[in-house]
Amino acid sequence: MSDQLFDSDRVSAGARWRDSTFMRIVREPMGALGIFLVALVVLGALFADFTGYSPIKLAMRDRFLDPSLAHLLGTDHLGRDLFTRVLHGARIALGVAFIATGISFIGGLVLGMIAGYGPRWLDSLLLLVLDSLRSFPTVMLALALVTLTGPSLSAVVLVVVIANLPSYARVVRAQTMALKATEFVLSARSLGARSWRILAVHIMPNLVGPLVIIVAMDIPVVITIEAGMSFLGLGVRPPTPSWGSILNDGYAFIRESSWPAIAGGLPIIIATLGFTFLGETLRDHLDPRLRQDG
Amino acid sequence: MSGNLLDISGLSVAFRTKRGPLKALRNVSLGVGKGEIVGIIGESGCGKSTLINSIIGLLPANAEKPSGHIRFADEEIVGMPEARLQQLRGERITTIFQDPMTALNPVLSIGTQMTAIQYRRTGSTAEKRRRAIEFLEKVRMPDARSRLDQYPHQFSGGMRQRICIAMALLTEPDLLIADEPTTALDATLEVQVIRLIRELQRDIGCSVLFISHHLGAVAELCERVAIMYAGEVVEHGPVRDIFRDPRHPYTRKLLECDPGRVLEPLARLPTIGGELPDLVRLPQGCIFEGRCPDRFARCRERPPVETVRPGHEAACYKARELVNP
Amino acid sequence: MSPLLEVSDVSIRFPAGNRIAAQLSGQPDFIEAVSGVSFALEPQKTYALVGESGSGKTTLARSIIGLVPLHQGRITFAGETISNLSESRLRRVRRDIAMIFQDPVGSLSPRLKVRSILAEPFKVHGETAELERKIARLLADVGLPPHFAERYPHQLSGGQARRVSVARALALRPKLVIADEPTAGLDVSIQGDVLNLMHDLQARYGTAFLMITHNLNVVRHVAERMAVMYLGRIVEEGRTAAIFKTPRHRYTTALLSANLKPDPDAASQIIEAEGETPSLIKRPSGCEFHPRCSFRLPVCIERAPAEQRTAADHRFSCHNPA
Repeated sequence: MSDQLFDSDRVSAGARWRDSTFMRIVREPMGALGIFLVALVVLGALFADFTGYSPIKLAMRDRFLDPSLAHLLGTDHLGRDLFTRVLHGARIALGVAFIATGISFIGGLVLGMIAGYGPRWLDSLLLLVLDSLRSFPTVMLALALVTLTGPSLSAVVLVVVIANLPSYARVVRAQTMALKATEFVLSARSLGARSWRILAVHIMPNLVGPLVIIVAMDIPVVITIEAGMSFLGLGVRPPTPSWGSILNDGYAFIRESSWPAIAGGLPIIIATLGFTFLGETLRDHLDPRLRQDG
Repeated sequence: MSGNLLDISGLSVAFRTKRGPLKALRNVSLGVGKGEIVGIIGESGCGKSTLINSIIGLLPANAEKPSGHIRFADEEIVGMPEARLQQLRGERITTIFQDPMTALNPVLSIGTQMTAIQYRRTGSTAEKRRRAIEFLEKVRMPDARSRLDQYPHQFSGGMRQRICIAMALLTEPDLLIADEPTTALDATLEVQVIRLIRELQRDIGCSVLFISHHLGAVAELCERVAIMYAGEVVEHGPVRDIFRDPRHPYTRKLLECDPGRVLEPLARLPTIGGELPDLVRLPQGCIFEGRCPDRFARCRERPPVETVRPGHEAACYKARELVNP
Repeated sequence: MSPLLEVSDVSIRFPAGNRIAAQLSGQPDFIEAVSGVSFALEPQKTYALVGESGSGKTTLARSIIGLVPLHQGRITFAGETISNLSESRLRRVRRDIAMIFQDPVGSLSPRLKVRSILAEPFKVHGETAELERKIARLLADVGLPPHFAERYPHQLSGGQARRVSVARALALRPKLVIADEPTAGLDVSIQGDVLNLMHDLQARYGTAFLMITHNLNVVRHVAERMAVMYLGRIVEEGRTAAIFKTPRHRYTTALLSANLKPDPDAASQIIEAEGETPSLIKRPSGCEFHPRCSFRLPVCIERAPAEQRTAADHRFSCHNPA
């Protein structure tokens, strides 16, 4: 039972901006750092074409150059500017992260809701499929898929989706089942609302928040999967620069120069840390508020 | 009122909020004698949770330091160091709450919990278990010995509340604070629990502070009662006086609203119109003025506490006039 | 006048526990939450179903609106059978029967504004013409100022949320509103508000109310007829005034006296019901109230009492009535 409630709706616009989630995150040191690092990666991806170098054109005379003003991270074994290659790699990392995450999110949401709200037999069937997928170790899955499709960006996206979607679907399913029993859903049913309406209006809005947090926290893992697969040669094929393949090349030629390896590893660390910090701060700020709001 | 076990005088507690300090309790005075059962009647927003938390020293982080005094036996609770508070809590002052399920740890058997709370006593586990069984039998739990090792979810709601009562009385405290213990129970169970509390109180001789908004429960159990509204005690006195001859308009309206009180079936039930006052921007004058059917010009100034008869006081200018026909 | 709602010999069962284990041990693998219940409700009147936890009253209420299937029996509404209908046929029924749920804030969808909550009945049944005007009218009907349409459920007090539920229930001017514990969670000083509101709306729109409650004190003021339920059965039923004046079943008398009066001198008159409501898995033999009854006779343990009727349409089942 709430106590007193006042017309405190009239809070100034300035106060609302100050209090908004974005500003609260920025005020936390971890949040500010996270935003900064992620911004670096995003800006890098956006401005990759403006470095003046091509990421794939060979320049054999400039092999293994140390970092300088001309080449911020030096050059690789084929004379290509590492900084440019890294920025282009950011596009792939972010692209995979968002596409794969997006597909997993939507797929997990839909399948989870169907499993949680639909008839028992459908639920059992879906669970069977999802749990079978979930029981594959990611690396073996990657190997098996690539054997079938050949290494490519799509293969990476597919691996990520198969690895993540079942977990998301399970979480959504559990939440859907809990929500199904709430009085406001019963109330909607008693009004005569059809199932699709109940799912869209009453259930989904209450699922999306927690799911977004879970998915955001997984982005670092997705980046790592992409990098890992490319490192193993299972992802994007050369000469397309992916951080993982840059790292792989760097590893092969580490006696010639350590910079290619650093150039491959550093962005992975920055991106993973940035998204992790951001995700954790986001979760800390959204979670308690969700509990209060609900 | 010396000689009381618990003496609250002039207690004021405010909370820090975005809009400014929220004055949850203002100048609250209340006494509980040794072995006495005192009730507090109040609806939502009256400040009873804040009052309980003040007595046991568990105010939330955004509470400013209380002003006023809470004397328990010979000690002052306001400003008491946490270490001493911990010695008092669970030993000399115990509490039971509205929802027994949240007070009991679901993953420990009740036997484990009931022996654990006796940690301050010396004695073997077997002795502590025996004492736990003794108290479970006092709360009339059948098969206490064999049920001692069961888990909270294996008991019904009424049984769980009895377990909580047993746990609260196990240490033979000086003061038992019961916060809405029967609100979540069916009426037939409420009767049993109230009778049980009364029996046990006679047996152990502790004082009881019984908070409820069930007027009937308070009438049944308590000797004296205080009526709280929006952070103040507006009236207090012996139960019989308060229920038979209420002198504060809020008390009068509250009793009027209780459907059990109204003997003839009515088409429209009485209510108290209006809303609770804003405790951040307090109104000047009487706290009940905005909703009071008997208000007049002087109510813009804070009313004094008028003595209706010895032991019965009400904070209203008209306290001595408002007599029932 | 022919009844608006007729419940005939309704039983509702739920599966309980492990079916295989139950069949092996010879115990029932179901619980009967509602058992052989019959009553009738007149148009434009208020009927109360009274009982404590485990009485089956909420389950019964939910079955009327089709949220719970019947195991046996029939429910007719305005002459048509509405029990065990398919979801699509139920939709038509749900236009004429509305339900107010127990938790005032919890029965409102947390992410929707009051405006959307009130708009929903209209949208579901395709009557969205002049929606804004209808919503404004609903808020005015329940005494809430217009700006409340912009609030979220967590920004409402218990009383305000309850009013929103009432408004939503009355949106399509149903013939029957089922109110599950309408005063639960509300302070005594505002319980009257909700009940008065329902009374006014009943007078204005001619709605019948089925009120589910354990608060006997309230029933006396609002319901013309009532039924007392215990362990899924009706133990006493009739006009409210008659039951309050001469209660016959021993559970009714215990319940009446347990609703403590705010009167310090009333203590001596309480008739206590011993023990607690038994579990539905192991129903007591004979009269199911006998383990708790202070007036039981040997026959009460062996045989369930037959239903008796007094001349004034007051029925009860007790071997040793008051």
